[in-house]
Amino acid sequence: MSIALSMTVNGQHVTGTVEPRTLLVEFLRETLRLTGTHVGCDTSQCGACVVLLDGCSVKSCATLAVQCQGASVTTIEGLANGATLHPMQQAFNDHHGLQCGFCTPGMVMSAVDLVRHTPDPSDADIRKGLEGNLCRCTGYQNIVRAVQAGARAMHTSGGG
Amino acid sequence: MTETATRTVGTSVKRTEDARFLTGRGRYTDDLHRPGQVHACFVRSPHAHARVLDVDGAPAMAIPGVVAVLTGADMAAEGIGGLPCGWQVIGKGGVPMQEPPHPPLALDRVRTVGDAVAVVLAENRHAARDGAEAVVVDYDPLPAVAHVADAARPGAPLVHDDVPGNVCYDWDIGDKAAADAAFAGAAHVTRLDLVNNRLIPNAVEPRAALGEYDPADGSYTLTTTSQNPHVIRLLMCAFVLNLPEHKVRVVAPDVGGGFGSKIFHYAEEAVVTWAAAKVGRPVKWTADRSESFMTDCHGRDHVTTAELALDAEGHFVGLRVRTLANMGAYLSTFASCVPTYLYATLLAGQYRTPAIYAEVKALFTHTTPVDAYRGAGRPEATYLLERIVEKAAHELDMDPADLRRRNFIQPDQFPYQTPVALAYDTGDYEASLNRALDLSEYAIFAERRAASEAKGKLRGRGLSCYIEACGIAPSAVAGALGARAGLYEAAEVRMNPTGSVTVFTGSHSHGQGHETTFAQIVADRLGVPMANVEIVHGDTSRIPFGMGTYGSRSLAVGGSAIVRAMDKIIDKGRKIAAHMLEAGEGDVEFSDGAFRVAGTDRSLTMGEVAFQAYVPHNFPHDTLEPGLDESAFYDPANFTFPAGTYVCEVEVDPDTGRVSVERFTAVDDFGTIINPMIVEGQVHGGVAQGLGQALLEGCAYDDDGQLMTGSYMDYAMPRAADIPDYRFDFTCTPCTHNPLGAKGCGEAGAIGSPPAIINAILDALEPLGVEDIAMPATPLAVWQAIQDARAPARAAE
Repeated sequence: MSIALSMTVNGQHVTGTVEPRTLLVEFLRETLRLTGTHVGCDTSQCGACVVLLDGCSVKSCATLAVQCQGASVTTIEGLANGATLHPMQQAFNDHHGLQCGFCTPGMVMSAVDLVRHTPDPSDADIRKGLEGNLCRCTGYQNIVRAVQAGARAMHTSGGG
Repeated sequence: MTETATRTVGTSVKRTEDARFLTGRGRYTDDLHRPGQVHACFVRSPHAHARVLDVDGAPAMAIPGVVAVLTGADMAAEGIGGLPCGWQVIGKGGVPMQEPPHPPLALDRVRTVGDAVAVVLAENRHAARDGAEAVVVDYDPLPAVAHVADAARPGAPLVHDDVPGNVCYDWDIGDKAAADAAFAGAAHVTRLDLVNNRLIPNAVEPRAALGEYDPADGSYTLTTTSQNPHVIRLLMCAFVLNLPEHKVRVVAPDVGGGFGSKIFHYAEEAVVTWAAAKVGRPVKWTADRSESFMTDCHGRDHVTTAELALDAEGHFVGLRVRTLANMGAYLSTFASCVPTYLYATLLAGQYRTPAIYAEVKALFTHTTPVDAYRGAGRPEATYLLERIVEKAAHELDMDPADLRRRNFIQPDQFPYQTPVALAYDTGDYEASLNRALDLSEYAIFAERRAASEAKGKLRGRGLSCYIEACGIAPSAVAGALGARAGLYEAAEVRMNPTGSVTVFTGSHSHGQGHETTFAQIVADRLGVPMANVEIVHGDTSRIPFGMGTYGSRSLAVGGSAIVRAMDKIIDKGRKIAAHMLEAGEGDVEFSDGAFRVAGTDRSLTMGEVAFQAYVPHNFPHDTLEPGLDESAFYDPANFTFPAGTYVCEVEVDPDTGRVSVERFTAVDDFGTIINPMIVEGQVHGGVAQGLGQALLEGCAYDDDGQLMTGSYMDYAMPRAADIPDYRFDFTCTPCTHNPLGAKGCGEAGAIGSPPAIINAILDALEPLGVEDIAMPATPLAVWQAIQDARAPARAAE
């Protein structure tokens, strides 16, 4: 059985036909070839697959594509404004918040949503808020710095 | 054209590779999609040990979308070989290690949970998985042994029928008689039994491999999650698939972390490459995390007894060590050298201990192969040494810092020959110790302890003074110790006609930031802007050769190869400039990106020389070739020896056993530092992995060899809230034997931190009478240790 699917991804209207068991991350990566969203586990623990679904962070490996019928999805590819990085992306570069880059898309998307909920997050808020995202490279300290700086920059730029 | 570049070495230049990673444009193996590709899913054994009586792929072939089911018998029928080990250890009495065969797909026997018996190829991922579930394998389960101490017992189930006692090798190093004599005359002996817990590396990108075959020219391309594509090509071509190297290209594109686990040649790489030709379509495999837990090589897993002998003044006079090391079911690529040449050779640490003797028995078990994981042998040596030194200090009622200071190798004693083979080139251990004590506010620890006590918490402090041997290795030494390859590195530096530079390096970056660090070195030395320097890595078709990235060797060895190639570029450029400026070659000097005739104002930029090199209308044919493109192979004269001191302070809640790392101070001597931001990031990550080992992570098998920690639900990875902010500084004694003075920084954090953390916990619990705690020091383990220590006291009441 295949299901016709229609949604908005990074501002573009997209359609596709999927098996019911198709995960959102599979639809993004394999149908739309938006490979910036990653898969790092099979128990929805690592957060490499986090995207924004109608503005809220979700793990796209634990979301069926058909659940997103008619929804608006933002992936890491849709975060920057043209050549200008989103303030959170820029903050990760400024503060060396990434090494291998594999967890980074999910980490940045989670951070954007974290700031939406907690506009001026403390160190502890950030560490707690990122508990759903694993990073094996950075030891998190520079990610925490980046998210703090990104939060400030998002207020300044009015972005978010 | 005059371009002057600001010097960048020593400054925290922001990483150039970040842009693609931050915008979703990284290109990892699983991101690739080839026309006509099929997906592979492996059929894996649920048993730790079983005879394979039959593999029936017919039910899988009935599933829509399944293209083929291939088995070990199919590979064997084509004469495909086993996965090789790259390092031969010779044991006591000249007995070489046992190297039982390791077929890529199991034949008549499986020896660990996760051993692959067949591969299913299908039109898409789902069909491949459905197909793998449909393959019927008839197993006859056999008794299994998972733990190394059990494998050593008489009558233990044999992993390989022709390997008696499961012994891979029984090896020793050092002077036994000298060590025994030291113990006979010792004023004090400290004894310690410990386990270095088994870990699962868990790079966040799962392993993946994409095999392609082009029948037009009979060539193969393997794209794989590797730290060393040239090594994979060599091993796969020469030992497994018997293919000529010129027909095989191996690409390691962006790789999402490695930590050692992506050094090795894995079965899946050979299988997808072979299968691509078999079915005439590209074959892609990506591990799910459960497969990663089962099949990525694990790390550590030592059981050790150690004894330290001291004289009446607290000088170390002897060290004796006996270790059992778990190899898993098969010998992985570098498994054999980890508990020997990367472990026992580090047992001198930072100290002048004159007599050391270590015995290592490596055993097979029915578990996933164990190989290098961040630090690889050196964390095991450091954990042992820094635990026993701290224990000796407590037993002798000495300040642990003072005991270490009393035994340090002194700056004027370098080069220092240890009793366990290594010769340290340089170091200043007291400098890093003193800086770490200052930074951690060691002197006023008592105030913080009192404050913790007021909250009902126990505060403890632990030290660790580590040393590691990095930048492996001098090829001659490695060869003498059994390495089957030299451990040099290769680089090519190409000046392009309009003055930009392309650098081809055999090192591989999977998070280390080489595209930035290497570009800094090149920009400074050649005097071109960083933006005009391109670093190319990870492709055997573009790079002359490479031994890859592991053992903190990229900068010290790979970076030095780039320097050597640049020196050749400058020499050739000087010849060209001399010709163009009609000067004697000896009169042309190179600095700040320009060739100048000494004592004149005549000069040419590197860009102008490069341009002439490629449009040479009047070069003298007999003495000057066109082009400006040079390669170098750099073979280091010695290991490098990064060292440092870590100080950890913990608070323990005696009611719950929960340990909180309150303060962590790291002071490292990495020699010359190119980019402090990147280096500090490496230490942050390394310490987080060490903290994971000390407090959270432990791979567990049950007695039947079932993996009990097979997912992120069962294996505790450090998360943001588990990690403290670090206090961090450097000291510097430049490496004396490479042109950069660099020592390497990738593994230090993981090496130095576990003993500091456990020492701190034991310091906190000392008032309760707790004398030992095993890693990981989970709340349950700590709480249980507290209860056990209280039990005798209660019994006496």
